Amino acid sequence: MSYVRSKFRHPHLPKNDLGYTVDYYEGSLSTLCAGCGHDSISAAVAQACFELNIEPHKVAKMSGIGCSSKTPAYFLEHSHGFNSVHGRMPSVATGANLANRDLIYLGVSGDGDTASIGMGQFVHVIRRNLNMLYIVMNNGCYGLTKGQDSATADAGSINKSGHINPFESIDLASLAIELGATFVAQSFSGDKDQLVPLIKVAMAHRGFAFLNVVSPCVTFNNNVGSTKSYDYVRNHMEMTSTMDFVPISREITADYAEGSAQLVTMHDGSQICLRKLDHDWDPLNRISAINAVQIARSKGEVLTGLLYMEAASPDLHDYLKTCDAPLNSLTEKELCPGSAMLDEICNGLR
Amino acid sequence: MSELKINDFVIRFANVNGTGSASANALFTKAIFKMGVPATPKNIFPSNIQGLPTWYEVRISEKGYLGRREGIDFIVSVNPQSMARDVKSVRKGGYFLYDSTKPLYPDLIRDDINYIGIPLMQLSNENYTDPRQRQLFKNIIYVGALAALFEIEFEVLESLLAVQFKGKEKLIEPNIKALKLGVDYVRENFEYPLELRVERRDLIGDRIMMDGNSACALGAIYGGATVAAWYPITPSTSVVDAFTKYAQKLRACSEGGKWNVAIVQAEDELAAIGMVIGANWNGARSFTATSGPGLSLMNEFLGLAYFAEIPCVLIDVQRTGPSTGMPTRTQQSDILEAAYAAHGDTKHVLLFPAGPRECFEMTAAAFDLAERLQTPVIVMTDLDLGMNEHITMPLKWDDNRRYDRGKVMSREQLETATARWGRYLDVDGDGIPYRTIPATHPTKGGFVTRGSSRDEYAAYTEDSAAYQRNMERLLKKFETAETLVPEPEITIVEGGSKIGAIYFGTSRYAAEEAAEMLAAEGVKLDTICVKAFPFGKSFRDFVDSHEKIFVIEQNRDAQFKSLMTIELGTDPGKLVSVLNYDGMPITADFIYKEIKSGQ
Ligand SMILES: Cc1ncc(C[n+]2csc(CCOP(=O)(O)OP(=O)(O)O)c2C)c(N)n1
Ligand code: SF4
Ligand SMILES: [Mg+2]
Repeated sequence: MSYVRSKFRHPHLPKNDLGYTVDYYEGSLSTLCAGCGHDSISAAVAQACFELNIEPHKVAKMSGIGCSSKTPAYFLEHSHGFNSVHGRMPSVATGANLANRDLIYLGVSGDGDTASIGMGQFVHVIRRNLNMLYIVMNNGCYGLTKGQDSATADAGSINKSGHINPFESIDLASLAIELGATFVAQSFSGDKDQLVPLIKVAMAHRGFAFLNVVSPCVTFNNNVGSTKSYDYVRNHMEMTSTMDFVPISREITADYAEGSAQLVTMHDGSQICLRKLDHDWDPLNRISAINAVQIARSKGEVLTGLLYMEAASPDLHDYLKTCDAPLNSLTEKELCPGSAMLDEICNGLR
Repeated sequence: MSELKINDFVIRFANVNGTGSASANALFTKAIFKMGVPATPKNIFPSNIQGLPTWYEVRISEKGYLGRREGIDFIVSVNPQSMARDVKSVRKGGYFLYDSTKPLYPDLIRDDINYIGIPLMQLSNENYTDPRQRQLFKNIIYVGALAALFEIEFEVLESLLAVQFKGKEKLIEPNIKALKLGVDYVRENFEYPLELRVERRDLIGDRIMMDGNSACALGAIYGGATVAAWYPITPSTSVVDAFTKYAQKLRACSEGGKWNVAIVQAEDELAAIGMVIGANWNGARSFTATSGPGLSLMNEFLGLAYFAEIPCVLIDVQRTGPSTGMPTRTQQSDILEAAYAAHGDTKHVLLFPAGPRECFEMTAAAFDLAERLQTPVIVMTDLDLGMNEHITMPLKWDDNRRYDRGKVMSREQLETATARWGRYLDVDGDGIPYRTIPATHPTKGGFVTRGSSRDEYAAYTEDSAAYQRNMERLLKKFETAETLVPEPEITIVEGGSKIGAIYFGTSRYAAEEAAEMLAAEGVKLDTICVKAFPFGKSFRDFVDSHEKIFVIEQNRDAQFKSLMTIELGTDPGKLVSVLNYDGMPITADFIYKEIKSGQ
């Protein structure tokens, strides 16, 4: 059985520059539990793509396995998606990106999918600075296999069955910054106002953009004592900043004269207007960013917002010096050296 | 002196790994090849970079036999570590060439073989000062000595050195000097030539000498591969090394300094095959090369590619397993693993090249087949084929040939289609559906590819009937594959025989030679050289029309025989296995003996 979302919408929904309303960016009806954080993130992705005037077919949605990895079916129904195997989305995304550098690659993963079985691929896709947005819908547990602790569950956190996790958690954002990710941000599925602009900036970023979103699992890890519950996160969120994304085609019209605003220019000339919320932290400095995250962690807080970015950096295509045309557009003409060349090669083997 | 053996002997070189012997030994083989005489070298090397014993064996065969032959007529033994073993390996009446700078231990003396002592180290030290040169030229000196002993034409060696050191002409003169030192020492101290001799012939024609891994790499270039992802493992590493080298020559794009290819050294084989699947999903031809342990790691992904119907090409250069086994020795022992790689009901298309030319053709064809069938295609070569040079027909390419990209919906087709497009709908009745490449059309053709069950329109479903329909279509597709893969080569003896022999890949040369040996004794044998799995009608007919069939393969468990009984239900009682699994390429003598006693 497949779930189809009702197409009835208010007739006066606003349209974006392409003439589409936001429902054009939705997908089939979610089969996740009611209230699952992942659904809010799907909605934020649709909203961000709508606001960015993205043509959906230019987006490739990549995922691994898990409740989180199912979500690509629930947004951008006109895009191609690839729900691959557990923990291996980064490699599939890498191959896809190498085949066609012109698309936008949006990877969705879970904390199990990334921090356990997929840790190796996660680490290496960062090293390659693959041009993609990698979202982890982080609920501290394995939702799809019924609630086991994941490697991002905080030490001391209690899951629904009352088990206290004894192990130190893996902090994906710190790890990503340390490994050289060129855009790292953190957010909460319940904070759409922060999430949508972050997704927009992350999608516009050229290079590897990592977005760790705490996304409560209402069924297995939303209880008292869990550090990934709605209540806990709401009470312990500490924002670094708020931001607006200003595409290259727009002029900055708002008044950012307060002094706390910082303009960061991206690879294509677009800008981010960042308003820091009283933090002694420089988002363009890796060490400062790691410090900020670690200090917050030591206080039991979840630092959200942009943590670190490097506005211009070579991506995997730059490293490999691949041609400007997408590799999947090349034909015999460019690829096959022909019989005369083969005869010449054979002559050298006599 | 015994009977003359012109162009018909086996020589083995026993060297220390990492001492530069490889190029000297290759020079020897190439000279014979250049004299128009078939010569087949085999590397027998350790899993080591420097220091352990390594052997290089060359069979010279006027009759053109390209397989290995048992019995060593001549050994060049310059490795003290292996001398005791080397002395024993020479056949009665054969020759043992050694470095006589130091005397031989008395226990290395056999009275039924001939000794040729040449003070290689002393000659080298007297004539060269640089320590590295002293080491290298010791090897060239013995090549010179062999030239005198076997009457290899000196001009041929000279011209080969001229080609080898083109651009580094300074090096030619000292090399020629080393060759002459060897020649002169033989002329002054021994009776020459020996009864083992090389005589110029015209038996090579326009054939070339090439290793299978380079041929696969070139096949990938000609086949239009644009993304290669891999993880280093012997003996497949040189596939990607060669692909990189050819790409640097043949894949520069018009924008300066950029390439029409992406080659990624992945973090492991899981990532390598993941990248290959991602690239093929997105419409680029992509491949990986690996060996047994890597193939094991790729299993889960191969299941996904089979079920989600994503083309991909994998070159499996088989080595001796299981586990790390003998990583630098050959075997055909991944047959069953490759045929059924992954969990669940899966079957994969396999191709079995028997020589470099087929490595080239089958790799190029694998991309067409993979896209036509939307499934993984595994090219099953082995270390013997991949890492040794073989005499092979020249590689050919038809400039009118077009890549078969299979059933891919274009933007226009999506736009104008009247019937609803279904990703997994069997429109043509051959089990092969139509696929779309991401970003083809703004509103049509988009869907989520997944390894979970889905209906004909790619919508997720857990409906049993839909799942089963899909699995049956996949089976139908596999039947279609039978008609698309390369046909076997069948040889029926005059009048036909009730006895048949089946072989594939590198067993071919030895099997054909064995069949000739048997024929000379009146044992008639029909043969079939299998080129692919799934087996087609001609293979089934061959099996059905013979009462007893020898199945020749290079593994312990008779994997190919198992595959036959699983897939065709062949009565195992009529199948007799001929199994070689010592890590060395199979020989004609072995096959001959097994069939002779088992017929
Ligand atoms: C190789 C493999 N091992 C195990 C599984 C079973 N499995 C499916 S989802 C999952 C965990 C998913 O956790 P997470 O990535 O955090 O996603 P969530 O469901 O929490 O969103 C596991 C272990 C699998 N699909 N594949
Ligand atoms: S089990 Fe948890 S993660 Fe999965 S859908 Fe339900 S709430 Fe979401
Ligand atoms: Mg999870």
